[in-house]
Amino acid sequence: MSDQSTPYLSLENVSKTFAGYQALADVSLNIRQGEVLCLLGDNGAGKSTLIKVLSGFHQPTSGTVRVEGEEVTLKTPRSAAERGISTVHQFGGTFPLMSLGRSFFVGVEPKKGVGPFKVFDKKLANAVVVEQMQQMGITRVTDGERLVGSLSGGERQVSAIARAVYFGAKVLILDEPTAALGVKEAAHVLRIIMQARQRGIAVVLVTHNVTHAMSVGDHFAVLIHGRKADDFAKGERTREEITDLMAGGEAMAELEAELADLTGTTNDIH
Amino acid sequence: MFDFKALTRRAEFAAFVGTLAVYLFFLYFGWPTFPTVLVTAGWVNVAAELGIVALPIALVMISGHLDLSVGSNIAAAAITYALLCGHYGLPDVIGLPAGLAVGTFFGFLNGLIVTKTKVSSFIVTLAMSFFIRGLIFGVTKLIVDNVQVAVDVDPWVEKTFGGRIYLAYENAIYLFLIMALVISWILYKTTFGNWIFAIGGDETSARAAGVPVERTTIFLFMGSGFGAALLGVTTVALYGSAQVSAGQDKVFYSIIAVVVGGVLLTGGYGSPLGVIFGTMTFAIVTSGVNSTGWGADWSLLIIGLLLLVAVLANNTFRNLALSGGKVTTTATTPDPPRLPEPVLEPSMEKENDHV
Ligand SMILES: Nc1ncnc2c1ncn2[C@@H]1O[C@H](COP(=O)(O)OP(=O)(O)O)[C@@H](O)[C@H]1O
Ligand SMILES: [Mg+2]
Repeated sequence: MSDQSTPYLSLENVSKTFAGYQALADVSLNIRQGEVLCLLGDNGAGKSTLIKVLSGFHQPTSGTVRVEGEEVTLKTPRSAAERGISTVHQFGGTFPLMSLGRSFFVGVEPKKGVGPFKVFDKKLANAVVVEQMQQMGITRVTDGERLVGSLSGGERQVSAIARAVYFGAKVLILDEPTAALGVKEAAHVLRIIMQARQRGIAVVLVTHNVTHAMSVGDHFAVLIHGRKADDFAKGERTREEITDLMAGGEAMAELEAELADLTGTTNDIH
Repeated sequence: MFDFKALTRRAEFAAFVGTLAVYLFFLYFGWPTFPTVLVTAGWVNVAAELGIVALPIALVMISGHLDLSVGSNIAAAAITYALLCGHYGLPDVIGLPAGLAVGTFFGFLNGLIVTKTKVSSFIVTLAMSFFIRGLIFGVTKLIVDNVQVAVDVDPWVEKTFGGRIYLAYENAIYLFLIMALVISWILYKTTFGNWIFAIGGDETSARAAGVPVERTTIFLFMGSGFGAALLGVTTVALYGSAQVSAGQDKVFYSIIAVVVGGVLLTGGYGSPLGVIFGTMTFAIVTSGVNSTGWGADWSLLIIGLLLLVAVLANNTFRNLALSGGKVTTTATTPDPPRLPEPVLEPSMEKENDHV
């Protein structure tokens, strides 16, 4: 790779072992501002584990995490957040039964008034969330009192990204944000990712959809069984090479031949 | 403009409809006794006393926990007050606050054990309930060799906590209203209130977002301990004695009132106004039956039915709120499958400076 500037966030030889099972082995990565880094890999490859290390949910068993070149220990999600690392996880939930305005500001509630009479500024919270969602193209959200659970999957991803951007995230980590989304919704989320990148945010995008990755990625890393199998910049690999890598090194062509046998067709299924 | 649809989406809407329904029901079947001033005072008093306990419990339940120790806590506070003032002759200015402090302290213990051990609050407060009851039984028997303690409450206590506002209407109604205002203010107007919803919605996400989960949870249990204790000293002020076995029925009654009031048993959703309707509904049913001539036994049956119907109704209305109106814009693919909801951490925020 060509960029010599200090990456905002980097991993050096990071390993993570769960009770004897090595989920990550010797992984090094550089995450730069204004770049989208795509983490590719099959299910179970260690992608989620890697971003949990980046976001302070797990501590690496060995290896170093650096923020702006300085060695750090991200003990908790909160300490990661304080360094501008914001994560939208694949699992778990925001607060489906809370209003948009309330959930947007959990932990960072805006207040108005003086002294002991400071109260939660619901009006501001609702106004901000509507404004942010509108800016991100979710125009049907016009009322901050709406429950989070009434949004679609894509809208929730967008609102989570909006939140991170609003609070000034430097690194935005997204775990499979487009999985389970319809085509249009996925495209919308990818557009929002490009917007975040344009603002100079470093985006880590976890996905196993090669099309989605190739449409927004500047840099790619492929994980296989917890190891970094490849690491390359945009344009350095063909789609076939990436797909092959993700299938665990097993040539996709072989797989396709197998499939063709199974379905009894000799047609090329490219 | 009056927006009826928005109204139906509020957490307390089903609870309001329930209160209205049971009121009309007994207005019809209990006519002409039910709407009289005295019968009304009867159910309003029941609602007020129950509400004093139920409102703080509602906050505990919105945060996703339960408190089954309130019954024992009512008795603990009452016995403390009665022993200190009735038996040892200390002034009420010491005995009454001591009663409140005892209940709050047991609430604190509940919260501490729940947050430290991660054992479900159902078990912790159930255990605490037996522990407290046993403790006050033992201590009271030791000191006065009886299961009840009489006390001559000071006039100022009688005028505030005990006593009547007008005819049979108890001063407890004032306490209930104050409690309702305080609880609503906490839930809606403070950042602490936002944390309660967040913890009940998803504790892990709340913690990741920087909510002090432990502190908040402990405080909520202290609140329900205080509420129980407040009712405990109030009954002493009203009746001039404390029973070791007092308050037992309040455990389930308060949970029923809270759930009928629209609070989600698993947490994250509910409103104090709804709980007020819940306590009223409960009180109307238990008192209203007496106006019908059917016999009080039927009230339990009605409450059983009511609980079930209320929960079903609340689920329906909550789903309505979740649907949040029709999706009309650029309808994409037919409703994309729901994503696992994203968890998000805030960035940049410095340590929380509140509470
Ligand atoms: N907390 C954990 N304890 C034990 N094993 C884990 C834990 N988290 C992940 N793993 C294991 O590590 C491997 C990588 O998982 P994960 O990072 O979730 O993969 P991916 O997100 O790429 O699908 C899996 O085999 C998984 O079972
Ligand atoms: Mg994963």
